[in-house]
Amino acid sequence: MKPFDYTRAASAAQAVREYAPGTMYLGGGTNLVDLMRLGVAEPDRLVDVSRLPLDTIESVRDRVRVGAAVRNTDLAVDPMIRARYPMLARAVLTGASGQVRNVATVAGNLLQRTRCAYFQDVTRPCNKRRPGSGCPAIAGDHTNLAIFGASEACVATHPSDMAVALAALEAEVHVTGPGGDRIIPMPGLHRLPGEEPERDTVLEPGDLITAVELPPPPTGATVYRKVRERASFAFALVSIAAVLDVGEDGVVAGCRIALGGVAHAPWRAERAEQALIGGPATGEAFLRAAEAELEQAGPLPRNAYKVPLTRNLIVSTLEGLAS
Amino acid sequence: MEITLQVNGRPRTVDVDPRMSLLDLLRERLGLIGAKKGCDHGQCGACTVLIDGRRALSCLALGVAVDGSEVTTVEGLADGDELHPLQAAFIEHDAFQCGYCTPGQLCSAAGMLGEPGPSAVTEDLLVDPGLTPEEIRERMSGNLCRCGAYVNIVTAISEVAR
Repeated sequence: MKPFDYTRAASAAQAVREYAPGTMYLGGGTNLVDLMRLGVAEPDRLVDVSRLPLDTIESVRDRVRVGAAVRNTDLAVDPMIRARYPMLARAVLTGASGQVRNVATVAGNLLQRTRCAYFQDVTRPCNKRRPGSGCPAIAGDHTNLAIFGASEACVATHPSDMAVALAALEAEVHVTGPGGDRIIPMPGLHRLPGEEPERDTVLEPGDLITAVELPPPPTGATVYRKVRERASFAFALVSIAAVLDVGEDGVVAGCRIALGGVAHAPWRAERAEQALIGGPATGEAFLRAAEAELEQAGPLPRNAYKVPLTRNLIVSTLEGLAS
Repeated sequence: MEITLQVNGRPRTVDVDPRMSLLDLLRERLGLIGAKKGCDHGQCGACTVLIDGRRALSCLALGVAVDGSEVTTVEGLADGDELHPLQAAFIEHDAFQCGYCTPGQLCSAAGMLGEPGPSAVTEDLLVDPGLTPEEIRERMSGNLCRCGAYVNIVTAISEVAR
């Protein structure tokens, strides 16, 4: 691991003042420390923000504000989150292991990097790690990588479960930084790779996430489901956070679908949502909506299985919510 | 950098490079070799210890970042010659073969027994479930055992959870 300086910030404002090029903020470290050991991340300096007083979950009028340093476990077991945002609790509980969730923070969960094997292997080219070096995943092993919104430069996926639920809940990410404070609505934090796969998010250098704010829960039934290669402690092949509101007349009044494991960012299936709203809540309609979404999929040879997997997951999830 | 930890009830002050993990600090500086280096990437659980009472992976914790914390390793579970109930149950139920993952399994189980709330397999998120074998398997999924002693590990933990 490359040598670095370590300092602990006493406030968010101080952390931002401490920022300089080469500095990284340290949360729980469950991803960053590993990336440093792999040589993928090589900060000159760590500013530890894991003990900032941003570790509370508060009800603010009809919204809930979750501090950036809240640990994943504490978010998932919070009585208010379990009661009002069960989809979020469920998504967090399906991520990582008990030991990791005890330490990993909310902001760190959002800012974790892709688990693409080429990104994590410094002996291989990777446009995300070393811009311009190429993407061996496209001709190589892309079994678990993106089917939506990828580019010729990068087919990585974002690994977070929590971010997928936050995209469906339309949470707000509160940020402070050298340029001042701002609010980024989910799913707008993460970006598609385009020509700049080295940028996972829209954050600017020195930006620090301070909180995630949850709007009132959406009307309708909600669920988070995750398909993976083993029953626990594995990243999603495909996951879904879905909201379905069906009126007494059997017509879909509201629908939100966010997909994980399929893109560089949590993927809102807007075509499917639009296809469903105002129509019948039937299996046939769910299938047509899923197929409308998947028309824009661009699978590669080894991840083409994700197309029927995503279609079937959307249909069975919506059928479950409708019944 | 000089840091002070409370390790198994004793204050320990060490001068560490910021790169040193808590795992390396425990093993190489304090001679506590119970916590094992399995993968060193947070994927196997062999290095699990309790940090301020919560189970955590010592390979992914920088020593400097846990300055001031209380750390309990497998060496600190027993009360003198009196084994921790989990240790006794692991022996009683033959919950290991080679034993390499066992310190991590024990610390993880000790932490897990104190963790309230639902897990990914809990049906009703609003009701704290009992520790059924299914719940134990899910909650212990961060600890791998390459000998495959899982069946007896779950039995041993079940006995203590009762």
